[in-house]
Amino acid sequence: MELNSHIPSGPLSEKWDNHKFANKLVNPANRRKFSVIVVGTGLAGAAASATLAEQGYKVKTFCIQDSPRRAHSIAAQGGINAAKNYQNDGDSVYRLFYDTIKGGDFRAREANVYRLAQVSNNIIDQCVAQGVPFAREYGGTLANRSFGGAQVSRTFYARGQTGQQLLLGAYSALSRQIHAGKVEMYPRREMMDLVVVDGKARGITVRNHITGEIESHSADAVLLCTGGYGNVYFLSTNAMSCNVTAAWRAHKHGAGFANPCFVQIHPTCIPVHGDYQSKLTLMSESLRNDGRVWVPKKQGDTRPPAQIPESERDYYLEGKYPSFGNLVPRDVASRNAKEQCDLNKGVGSTGLAVYLDFADAIKRDGEQTILKKYGNLFQMYEKIVDTNPVNEPMMIYPAVHYTMGGLWVDYNLMTTIPGLFALGECNFSDHGANRLGASALMQGLADGYFVVSPAVANYFGSTPIDKVTADNSEFLASRERVNNRISKILKNSDKGPKGTVTVDEVHKELGKLMWDNCGMARNKEGLKNALEALPAIKDKFWDKVYVPGSGKDLNQSLERAGRVADFLEFADVMIHDALEREESCGCHLREESQTEENEAKRDDNNYSHVSVWEHKGEDEAPVMHKEQLAFENVTPSQRSYK
Amino acid sequence: MANMSSIDLTLQIWRQRNNDALGNFEFYNLDDISTDMSFLEMLDVLNEKLTKEGKDPVAFDHDCREGICGQCGSVVNGIAHGPEKEVTLCQLHMRNFKSGDTIVIEPFRSRAFPVRKDLVVDRSALDRIVQSGGYVSVNTGGVPDGNATPIPSETAELAMDAAACIGCGACVASCPNGAAMLFTSAKISQLCLLPQGQAERKQRALSMVETMDKEGFGNCSNYKACEIVCPKSISIRNIARMNREFVTATLTEG
Repeated sequence: MELNSHIPSGPLSEKWDNHKFANKLVNPANRRKFSVIVVGTGLAGAAASATLAEQGYKVKTFCIQDSPRRAHSIAAQGGINAAKNYQNDGDSVYRLFYDTIKGGDFRAREANVYRLAQVSNNIIDQCVAQGVPFAREYGGTLANRSFGGAQVSRTFYARGQTGQQLLLGAYSALSRQIHAGKVEMYPRREMMDLVVVDGKARGITVRNHITGEIESHSADAVLLCTGGYGNVYFLSTNAMSCNVTAAWRAHKHGAGFANPCFVQIHPTCIPVHGDYQSKLTLMSESLRNDGRVWVPKKQGDTRPPAQIPESERDYYLEGKYPSFGNLVPRDVASRNAKEQCDLNKGVGSTGLAVYLDFADAIKRDGEQTILKKYGNLFQMYEKIVDTNPVNEPMMIYPAVHYTMGGLWVDYNLMTTIPGLFALGECNFSDHGANRLGASALMQGLADGYFVVSPAVANYFGSTPIDKVTADNSEFLASRERVNNRISKILKNSDKGPKGTVTVDEVHKELGKLMWDNCGMARNKEGLKNALEALPAIKDKFWDKVYVPGSGKDLNQSLERAGRVADFLEFADVMIHDALEREESCGCHLREESQTEENEAKRDDNNYSHVSVWEHKGEDEAPVMHKEQLAFENVTPSQRSYK
Repeated sequence: MANMSSIDLTLQIWRQRNNDALGNFEFYNLDDISTDMSFLEMLDVLNEKLTKEGKDPVAFDHDCREGICGQCGSVVNGIAHGPEKEVTLCQLHMRNFKSGDTIVIEPFRSRAFPVRKDLVVDRSALDRIVQSGGYVSVNTGGVPDGNATPIPSETAELAMDAAACIGCGACVASCPNGAAMLFTSAKISQLCLLPQGQAERKQRALSMVETMDKEGFGNCSNYKACEIVCPKSISIRNIARMNREFVTATLTEG
């Protein structure tokens, strides 16, 4: 597997401009001769579909939900970063770049992250022009707030629904192109396979969720914008249909999978409270602007929060990290919450929670001010937990949130398969080992609106592409593979449910194995045990799972089963990756690698690389390749938020 | 996780194989449901049980389970998204029900929302309304600086109130006329309040209203049922605004 990152030469601040100039272009009149498939309609997918269609390419867009507006980007709450420096508090493109590289624990590519910071400003302008109702100051200018891992206010927001508003902006741009006939939209389709012809990505095989029909679609390039794989853990903040299938199928066709073990654990989620629970709900990190995190000083203190006097509370983040306080980055906040709970200072019925308290902020600014900032979040919390955060502190605990690993891509967002691009959370490139708040929305839109179109033009302009249609033999073979797999999943459906297990039961078992051994903290022994335990769960799935119904109509059990089957395979490479990385970095705490103060200890001498995995066959161990990371503009240092 | 307790329920659920098949209600007993469960988690528990019994699980749409994607939604005891105010079905919790209750669960019913299976309906008509004009026609790139157009914070807030619509379709399902006017007016309001939406203001109102009619939605006759069930408390004042926009556009453009 050849890993050429194609990072342009020249000084950091000129790389992107130089690259765009050096890129091949496609004449506007010729663009209509090229077709592009976009899988997914989140920020990256909707933005890319709209932008490429505006430029004149023929676009076919696919989404798994009933409408492109439902993509999980819609659930992001807090905001989107940009280096506008509207607040004149010392922000700049370089500072946003620096914070993001440092926040990612120096495991991302400098050139990519710098470009992200550069185009962040264009994103805000673009979204404002689309009519995204960002929060405004009284004078009419855009309002900003601060987020974890930053000491400037650079986060733009639309109440607690920023992801929703940005997605609806991109969705409206996409809708305009659908109306204009430039985008053919295919909702309720799930990508089941990639089609590679003569070594290039030339199409996809999808299942129509309503009719069960297996369809072939061909194009000159394929863009995967399919999000992350956090649902491998069963419980996560991801929407139910987030999955790894599209990326995993691409991986099996030769696309390298980078840093699969890098998973972000978000510190402010509503804690788990029952074994029937289907997902975890995230409370925006912006709450930590005003909420103070604490636990009782005394171990096993079960008094209600109001009865614990100030002197017996431990505001552990403010104590340990005076300069960032409650706004330390996510990995630091998460790890410290776990540490307090491990010390038996956790609160709530399970002891797996800490308090996030707004009492001081309400005293300082008044209830109305706080409700104006966070009202919908308070309301959401109250609906779920049945207590009002105005009267009683919230309870929070870390949960699986965002995956920093993904398909390996070069500077052009192209995977190791020519013509196959990966955008947004689906790729690995910009967040390193940890993602700072308000940067996922930034990356999704940067990739979709601004980065991928020159990349696609360069690919079309520099690559001979033969005409291929969906009746090519590779498409037929792909449909057959998909049909066989569906038959295999449904093989027990005639025999009935006697003595069998359900898809969810296997998924929960896998999720627990991954959370316990490949979650917030990992060690060699646990990872090895998990690797040994995995085949039995896989066998249970293929031997005993009963999937009712047929493949010929709407069958949600079948849909889930297909995704869990891929999670089972994917978990294997995830654990391999975690085993190999014997350092702590970002959200990935390797227990063997800690400082004397129990902070994560990075090992730059041995692990300053991207781990890229190659699929070698069904029963063979995956092989790892390395992309060495070069830091020419920043010096990797121990991250300190004290 | 206050008042942890469990309840026993009878569920009366609409079952329909597909759009062409006749549907009917089926009854299911479900015991020991924790009141901390969400409504969809309760349906998960039912489906696990049905699967183990060799029966066909109930198909229902859902995705984020955080009340924001707008994909879930059924009529529960006659009310779209159920009895609790301002929540989607996924955020409705079982603490709203009592042991011994019979809960009637039906799909969102409207001529413009054909049933695909059980509780799953096709709401793509809403997408087509947006496609006909629910946007500002601006290409990517070449736009002015975000602060070049000041917008008073009250205006931005008012636009945001309208923009908060999640497109779930509860307004349509609860309207005796099957009108999509709350949905359509929310988008028209958001864009007509903002300076960015001015250039296409009239054309937008005309074409979105026209598409709404063409898709088979009815008209508003002030029942206000839409506003009552809306999980995002979108106000029917938007409908008044849309009507003004439409009339003005008709008089000056038509």
